[in-house]
Amino acid sequence: MERFITEANLQQFAATLAGKKHVLAPVASGGTTCFRRLVPGMRLDFSRMAVISPKDATFPRNETLLLVQRYVEESGKKLELKEQLPEGECIVIGSRPCGARGKLIFDPVYETEAIKDPYYLRRRDNTLFITLSCDRPESTCFCHSVGSNPADGTGSDVLLTAVEGGFFARAITPKGEELLADALFEEAGTRAEEAAAKQTKARELMGQAHDFSSAAAKLLERFDDMGFWQAQSNKCISCGACTYMCPTCYCFNITDDEAGLVSRRLRSWDNCMSHTFTLEGSGHNPRGTKAHRLKNRVGHKFSYYPDLHASQIACCGCGRCIKQCPAGVDIRQVVMAAQEYVDER
Amino acid sequence: MSQLEELKAAIRGHLDSLDCVIGWEQGYDPLHATPLFIRNESDLERLSISPLAVHNPATYATGFAGKKIGMVVRGCHSRSIIELLNEKLIERENVVLFGLCCDGVVSQRKIRTALPADPGFVEAVEIGDDALHITLAGEKTTIKLQDVLADKCRICAYPDPLLADVLIGNKHDSRPEETLACQEAFEAKPNAEKFTFWQDTMSRCIRCYACRNVCPMCVCQDYCIAASRDPLWMSQENSPAENFMFQMIHVSHLTGRCTECGECERACPVDIPLMLLRRYMNKQVQEVFGHQAGTSLDKTPPLLTFQVEEARIKERDW
Repeated sequence: MERFITEANLQQFAATLAGKKHVLAPVASGGTTCFRRLVPGMRLDFSRMAVISPKDATFPRNETLLLVQRYVEESGKKLELKEQLPEGECIVIGSRPCGARGKLIFDPVYETEAIKDPYYLRRRDNTLFITLSCDRPESTCFCHSVGSNPADGTGSDVLLTAVEGGFFARAITPKGEELLADALFEEAGTRAEEAAAKQTKARELMGQAHDFSSAAAKLLERFDDMGFWQAQSNKCISCGACTYMCPTCYCFNITDDEAGLVSRRLRSWDNCMSHTFTLEGSGHNPRGTKAHRLKNRVGHKFSYYPDLHASQIACCGCGRCIKQCPAGVDIRQVVMAAQEYVDER
Repeated sequence: MSQLEELKAAIRGHLDSLDCVIGWEQGYDPLHATPLFIRNESDLERLSISPLAVHNPATYATGFAGKKIGMVVRGCHSRSIIELLNEKLIERENVVLFGLCCDGVVSQRKIRTALPADPGFVEAVEIGDDALHITLAGEKTTIKLQDVLADKCRICAYPDPLLADVLIGNKHDSRPEETLACQEAFEAKPNAEKFTFWQDTMSRCIRCYACRNVCPMCVCQDYCIAASRDPLWMSQENSPAENFMFQMIHVSHLTGRCTECGECERACPVDIPLMLLRRYMNKQVQEVFGHQAGTSLDKTPPLLTFQVEEARIKERDW
């Protein structure tokens, strides 16, 4: 199904939806643009890619897994556990193709024969993505080098493309078709061609894709070369900006917040660049330095994950980790350094 | 000889005796610099000292414990080094300081606001004496450097390094201490308004701890109390209250130690104006203890020592 919507009508469509459902959309505030829950008075900001990815929709930065209530009575102690499964539908409006597609990296990990993560699965199944294709790549964009493109609809329900006066909208899933049935969407007319031309131009602007296919093996070759990793991680400050911005990073931490007889079990984003990520109870830390940790982050995305999951690189090429890194660590450069490494010994 | 060539020559003379020299080079695009760790001539060739070179090399100083390194430092960076020396966190004989008399660095945030489109679309940057000429999405825009200087540079009282082994550039005339209009305007707001501001702003915080890890004075890092489970000071819950609690911990631990290099605010991926808290705390320390971190050697931060009677705290008069 193909439709058209004016920008004003898209704002209204988003506002109306937000009155009924949980809508996450890029909103400008405080000089930056982040995905926020849309409430009356907020406007969508499509002028730049949101700083934080739309990952929050399917994998929130923190969620309560269960509530614990303890009772101390004369007859003895009692414990009550309440599972807190996520309820309701969420609609993400204005994600970019990379952010919408990035979440697919979760599936082979959170939905296996042996283990199914009910919290993630419920959110994933109840979240719709209305994605905006990109008309111009940023200097940090490389989706075309990791198997995607600026108009990739994978992982989205509707794909919007900016055309004269508004947006050309294409439904990708049946749920997307239901969204486009709204009266604010009009006949697409001949806009399909205009949108196709825009998409082709955006892809051309990205230039030649880099071939990462040798990365998996080349990174493994450097696994024991700590000199290489120390040099690559010199400027890294070991913070979590890269992992928390990343649409594909899926690691989490679980902690219990206790307050008297009540406690909450929280799941929150965790970050492999942190010292505590692999700190063992004994005090031993197998990844005690930032060099070990950067090796893991890069290796996991471009080598270990692809080895386990049909050569799929666990990176969607959005470039947030590069753009937002306080020290300018560039994951493309690190992988290329491993690919181009020449042993001079 | 240009300042850059002069600096390169000075570094070249020291390279053999140092593990590395920390400076800057062009980053992922022509508008962004990134720290450079110089170990040989080809690294040295990439050195850049333009106003885009903002990172504080002192952030990395404690990570090289036991090794001898060089650092290219601007005025504010030298204050961080002095503070680290005063707290005995690094040793003087292990650092060689290549000082730059600094005319200020840019705020990427201000550049972003001044540009007609996202700086992500940058194609070329030409750095003039007092302006940046930026080609963005096919169009050229000129921005005056003065308009995009970092806030810390607009009120900088120490543009020249206070400690250096080699000094490059011309020293500035002494400058008066100044305050920022935006700071004063914020502090003058009623508490209820400030509360609403922080509630909203802290809802953006993702607790990535970039502000902590980039801070040259935050040396606990791997053992930060924010990560302690027992005792539990902070929940992993990502709420404005918990996020603000972390910032309160951060700013309290920097009492009398913060050198106002502005790295915390620069590093924040979601643009939280953390310097509002830092500058306020520093003003209190200045008023109560007459202390300004990193401005002179051999001064202990007031909360790392004690006086039986503090000169400016009149306990008996209370």
